[in-house]
Amino acid sequence: MPATARGIASAVRSGDVSAVDVVAAALRRVEAGDAAIGSFLRTYADTALERAGRVDAAVAEGRDPGPLAGVPVGLKDVLTTEGIETTCGSRILEGWQPPYDATVVQRLRDAGAVDVGKTNCDEFAMGSSNENSAYRPVANPHDRSRVPGGSSGGSAAAVAAGFVPVALGSDTGGSIRQPASLCGTVGMKPTYGRVSRYGLVAFASSLDQIGPFALDVADAALVYDVIAGHDPMDATSIPHPVEPVTGGLDRGLDGLTLGVVEELSSGAGFEAEVLDRFRAALAEAERAGARVVDVSLPSTAYALSAYYLIAPAECSSNLARFDGVRYGLRVGADDVEAMNRATRAAGFGPEVKRRVMLGTYALSAGYYDAYYGQAQRVRTLVIDDFAAAYERADVLVSPTSPTVAFALGERTQDPIAMYLSDVCTIPSNLAGHPAISIWCGDGAAGLPVGLHLMAPALAEPLLFQAAAGFEAVLGTKAAAV
Amino acid sequence: MRITREDVVHVARLARLDLDDDELETFTGQLGDILDHAARVEALDTSGVEPTAHPVPLANVLRPDERGRCLDRDGVLAQAPEAENGYFRVPRIMDAGS
Repeated sequence: MPATARGIASAVRSGDVSAVDVVAAALRRVEAGDAAIGSFLRTYADTALERAGRVDAAVAEGRDPGPLAGVPVGLKDVLTTEGIETTCGSRILEGWQPPYDATVVQRLRDAGAVDVGKTNCDEFAMGSSNENSAYRPVANPHDRSRVPGGSSGGSAAAVAAGFVPVALGSDTGGSIRQPASLCGTVGMKPTYGRVSRYGLVAFASSLDQIGPFALDVADAALVYDVIAGHDPMDATSIPHPVEPVTGGLDRGLDGLTLGVVEELSSGAGFEAEVLDRFRAALAEAERAGARVVDVSLPSTAYALSAYYLIAPAECSSNLARFDGVRYGLRVGADDVEAMNRATRAAGFGPEVKRRVMLGTYALSAGYYDAYYGQAQRVRTLVIDDFAAAYERADVLVSPTSPTVAFALGERTQDPIAMYLSDVCTIPSNLAGHPAISIWCGDGAAGLPVGLHLMAPALAEPLLFQAAAGFEAVLGTKAAAV
Repeated sequence: MRITREDVVHVARLARLDLDDDELETFTGQLGDILDHAARVEALDTSGVEPTAHPVPLANVLRPDERGRCLDRDGVLAQAPEAENGYFRVPRIMDAGS
């Protein structure tokens, strides 16, 4: 049975393999191996096998089941699935069965993919280690004493463990790319607005994007082509036609100019083994015909601080809807405000409370312009810096994360140390630009190191071309079995 | 600028969060630390710089004024902690005597 998504789809479409067998095998792998990893919060075998059966029926009747025919998929538990429990990794939504499907879920199913379960994540996608899940932490499949990264840690681990070939995550400050880096997979964040967010439970609305995880660039590209596109249900969705990326993956690195971002690839927080692998990857790229230049994004010195004002401010507003009235948990009290307070106190975990508090403070009377308004101006400065850098380089590069996967428990008491995990990924969210993390080798302890590629808005074809070009010389990391 | 315990109590009220004594103490310290980091942003001279609200600006997103698909009311209410006669039900909002 093929291991890649495109191999599965090809075999299912030609009738060589049945979608039911492929999906049943994926469910068996989860059943056998996930107790030690914790990547799935729940699977739904009956629904998945029934959907796989419809894919097989389409093949038998001579209808095309789509480019992802029979491909088993994991969905981060912040994506709504009609009638299937969706918790966002939070106690406040325990038992909630959404009344509609996210647009990305519908698009995957229309393309023949079969979602098999909801993946674990940091509560409401807030975290960099997956330790903020209210249900259980996730272990890194390559070293179970270490974190998988976050907040889409379950999706990254499910792919890295070989349970499913592809999964979806969401990325607000690096929540796809950082866990992809720590787990040795590919993880991609599209241009803001390129993929519909309808049915993505909102964290920070001006930053959130949905994107794919896969074991290689071609599979990530296949999923991207399916989920990208305008959606009238999301007013921030970009109406421009989608340029497919799968056709341009073999164009290579020859002739491309890569800009090494000085501020995102040097400094005290970067581990030596990360920088070693990063420089080795650049040397390989030069041998493959790329030109490497140094570029500077000076305003990124303020990016992390700006992000930790914008994201909490927007989260405090978005999470106001969890008030014990319309869905999820309610803790009873004599009057409605006491009920709201008690429900939120019992339903939210510490990181969510911390960010709601921070955001409420930053938006409160007298502080709005000093904090949120000022952070939005920093955002403009970051965008201007990117524009200047793209006059000198086609694609920008840095490590994805300053460190390899850290130990479970190592950073849970120090929020700022945890926030520093995302220092390389946050600028792309502030700018709304697409970016991708691919594996670029293992460090000394066999832990994966990620290479981060960034491109201008809507330049996904170029981004995927460069990523595939790097992958051709660097290889891919096999799933941990 | 340091955050005081009174600030945290006030913000918790605005955020509709009951916090216990341990949480108040922890957040007083942590919010102060995080805002110290933010102070570098606060101090930056951004005169003449426009704020960015949407990184890929879209102006006047319009659609035809037609009725679209709606969620099923009973299905939505079935997910509520308490519903009655087609409405969400909540504890009392005002004192009976006022």
